[in-house]
Amino acid sequence: MGIVRWVLPILCLGLLRVAVPAAAPPPYYAIRDARIVPVTGPVIERGTIVLSDGLITAVGTSVTVPPEAEVIDGTGLTVYPGLIDALTTIGLPDTEPPQAATDAPGGPPPQATPSPGGPRRPASRGPEDRPGSTPWQRAADNLDTDDRRIVRWRSAGFTTAVVASGRGIFPGQASVVNLAGERPGDMVVASSVALPVSLQPQRRSAGRSAGFPSSLMGVLAYVHQVFLDTQHATRVAEAYAKAPRGQKRPEYDRTVDALAQVLADGRLVLLPATNRTETLRMLDFARELELRVALYGAHGAYEVADEIAAHKVPVLLSVKWPERPKDADPEADESLRVLRLRDRAPSTPAALTKANVKFAFYSDGLETPTDVLTNLRRALDAGLARDAALRAFTRDAAEIFGLDDRLGSLETGKIANVLVTDGDLFDEKTTVKLVFVDGQKFEPVAEPTRPDEKPTTSEVDGDAQGGRP
Amino acid sequence: MTRQLGTRSKRVLIALTAALAWGTARVPAHAQAASDTVVIRDATILTASHGRIEQGSILVRDGKIAAVGPSVDTPGGATVIDGSGLFVTPGLIDCHSHMAIDGGVNEGSISVSSMAGTDDVLDPTTVEIYRAAAGGVTTANILHGSANAIGGTNAVIKLRWGKDAEGIRFEGAPPGIKFALGENPKRSNSSLQPGTERRYPATRMGVIDVVREAFTDAVEYQAKWRRYEAGDTAGVPPARDLKLEPLVEVLEGKRLVHAHSYRSDEILQLLRLAEEIGFKIATLQHVLEGYKVADEIAAHGAGASTFSDWWAYKVEAFDAIPYNAALMTERGVVVSINSDSAEEVRHLNQEAAKAMRFGGLSEEQALQLVTLNPARQLQVDERVGSIDVGKDADLVLWKNHPLSVYAVAQKVFIDGQLYFDREEDLARRAALEKEKQELLAKEKARREPDDKKKAPRVPTVETTRRARPRWEQQP
Repeated sequence: MGIVRWVLPILCLGLLRVAVPAAAPPPYYAIRDARIVPVTGPVIERGTIVLSDGLITAVGTSVTVPPEAEVIDGTGLTVYPGLIDALTTIGLPDTEPPQAATDAPGGPPPQATPSPGGPRRPASRGPEDRPGSTPWQRAADNLDTDDRRIVRWRSAGFTTAVVASGRGIFPGQASVVNLAGERPGDMVVASSVALPVSLQPQRRSAGRSAGFPSSLMGVLAYVHQVFLDTQHATRVAEAYAKAPRGQKRPEYDRTVDALAQVLADGRLVLLPATNRTETLRMLDFARELELRVALYGAHGAYEVADEIAAHKVPVLLSVKWPERPKDADPEADESLRVLRLRDRAPSTPAALTKANVKFAFYSDGLETPTDVLTNLRRALDAGLARDAALRAFTRDAAEIFGLDDRLGSLETGKIANVLVTDGDLFDEKTTVKLVFVDGQKFEPVAEPTRPDEKPTTSEVDGDAQGGRP
Repeated sequence: MTRQLGTRSKRVLIALTAALAWGTARVPAHAQAASDTVVIRDATILTASHGRIEQGSILVRDGKIAAVGPSVDTPGGATVIDGSGLFVTPGLIDCHSHMAIDGGVNEGSISVSSMAGTDDVLDPTTVEIYRAAAGGVTTANILHGSANAIGGTNAVIKLRWGKDAEGIRFEGAPPGIKFALGENPKRSNSSLQPGTERRYPATRMGVIDVVREAFTDAVEYQAKWRRYEAGDTAGVPPARDLKLEPLVEVLEGKRLVHAHSYRSDEILQLLRLAEEIGFKIATLQHVLEGYKVADEIAAHGAGASTFSDWWAYKVEAFDAIPYNAALMTERGVVVSINSDSAEEVRHLNQEAAKAMRFGGLSEEQALQLVTLNPARQLQVDERVGSIDVGKDADLVLWKNHPLSVYAVAQKVFIDGQLYFDREEDLARRAALEKEKQELLAKEKARREPDDKKKAPRVPTVETTRRARPRWEQQP
């Protein structure tokens, strides 16, 4: 009896949660008489787009609408490809974003949280201890579908995110996920697209030094050494595979093993750079180690756009423009260099466009997608063309990660990630009407007034009774 | 050691003039001379190699000193600078500096950090470079800190303010590495966090042991590569080790060792260890007790780069005397005076001058402490360090004698290009201040609407409480 009393509500809750999205599952939609912005082609002022079973099956002025489709009157509406957040921790609620900004004023970075109850890792004593390295981890394997930012971002028109943890020097591989799905696996578009590298030194944790590396030059030396070790290990493994007999077997090293695979797969290595000096340093580094890289952060890229273009390196541009910290000392004397960066960072996208650098935007820990679009408007004010802004949020983002054959534009055969608005995407008054992720229709949910608002009581209860340990 | 700020505040004359220039960013317009040919006429020239030329002239062409003497030809189109009443010296060289380093001067986590290097993290945009140039310095040895028995590699730079990291490197200067002895690497003066393991080494014996052990590894690593390169071992080349590579270069005489040291006993310890293993110490840095073992330093062929009168900031720095530079010079050591400080670098000339007062060095000998001698120590004396035909045109034009307290650098040339001009600097300050105020105002205007929205419309309990004077508050 007792068991039934407990189990029944749990079952009901479980059914309810599954049933809600499944209640309206017609996978065929047609949006008719809408303004369609395919990004890869000219704007269709009055056209129809058909989404069938998760894919875009027709776009144009005269397309046949399958009889089973739910027809949406698109009069007065504009249809865009779903937006892509090119680097974020959405879906990884417990992690922190990769940090590119070195212009952040004073104060030590927040302390790393030691794993609860776990054994303390001894301080690293050199590159051989592989500090801050978990490159075998994939964001796709750690997704939490309950992260409330998924709904929040989706409601603002983001259908896809490049997800990566920022914890450690090699925090793990970035994955591309669609922002809807019941199970983590439903969300994954590509489980490994890039290898983010952070150059933050090891942090002190619980009053103890975490050891090597404790400086930027130490981190660079470590990253350099571990890539050399990877190249060496690859050659040793090849030689051994040819004739194992009579040879000492190669040593297994989890970090090097994962890096070797990532490099063999031709994944992008993401390197942080804010200003001109850091950018040139990273471009040199990439050339020396023969890495295929993208830069992330890039607030000061306006002063080094031509050099980036010459190296044909794409950029992931943080729209979290540098700001005077809210708790800054009003008497503090800030250098002209800092003030200039804060003033000019929003002009970077326009400068990159002019220099023909491929770039995508990322939210970089901004708390709401509204902030992303508000900040983007500063870039538009600083000369960024709207079509270039849209490309950066869609096709170019997809292209940088090698997914432009399935994402980033409204073309037949692509994944049905679609955004429907009642006006130009970048107008302040425009609202999002509908969002399709993998062909599934979502109505936007109003953003909570406080981004850190607690989940509603019922959900908390549900989780508590759901028997989570 | 890395110097604590504010230990000596008395010497502010030059510091003040230079410190006010806080502008940054790209090469200022004035940093380019009107033409590549410059003639400085009728100045008092202190050559640092062949004495003083009263009413002399210097011809600079293509970044080099083309002629120097009582009179030189003035080619058509040359920029002519009237030097009458002014002094010219070679650009000063600071053999120990930690400026322009991004993200930490020390990789202090381990006792051998030779895999790290300041050359990887140069920040050419730091205003310290400009301020040092304003003090007449044109070349600096950018060293890793002194937390490790064997520290990171260095970078020798020219203070080409406005250029990128690649552009400030002293091309062709031999690479170096930092060693450190005594209290810093054994961590005597750093507080230990509770629960932290004490790092090895904790004694001077241990420091020497760490160096010996590292070189034992390096010798083995070198042999492994030699065997491979000689074709004795087939297959995959040995794994590269960024920690040992610089040490092999030291063994092969391709990398200069700059060893932070204070006490005479540790100096002898290191010289003997180096001789035993078979490498040379290029410079002993700080070397406050060098006067006690000057003969041994000279016999080894090491240079000594010291302070004029900076000491007693820790126990191992107690037994110091202002005659150190002069006494070591007398015993045949190549001596330089360094700054180890972004402040002191702005008046290195006066630091050198103290050796005339304490120890009786001649004007030229004193000047050499911050020009030709550090150039010799860094093995760049073919290029810089004196005013001789064929050398780089790194020149400083001074108002008043450069070894007096009244000296103020007026113009500083590096490779024949003007990188500091006092008149232009003074003229530019107002514009920079204006730009700063405008940027601040712009930012404030952007922030203000937000602030208003967030400002509480009615006083809250907290604001009321804060508004009450302290003495009225109930305990």
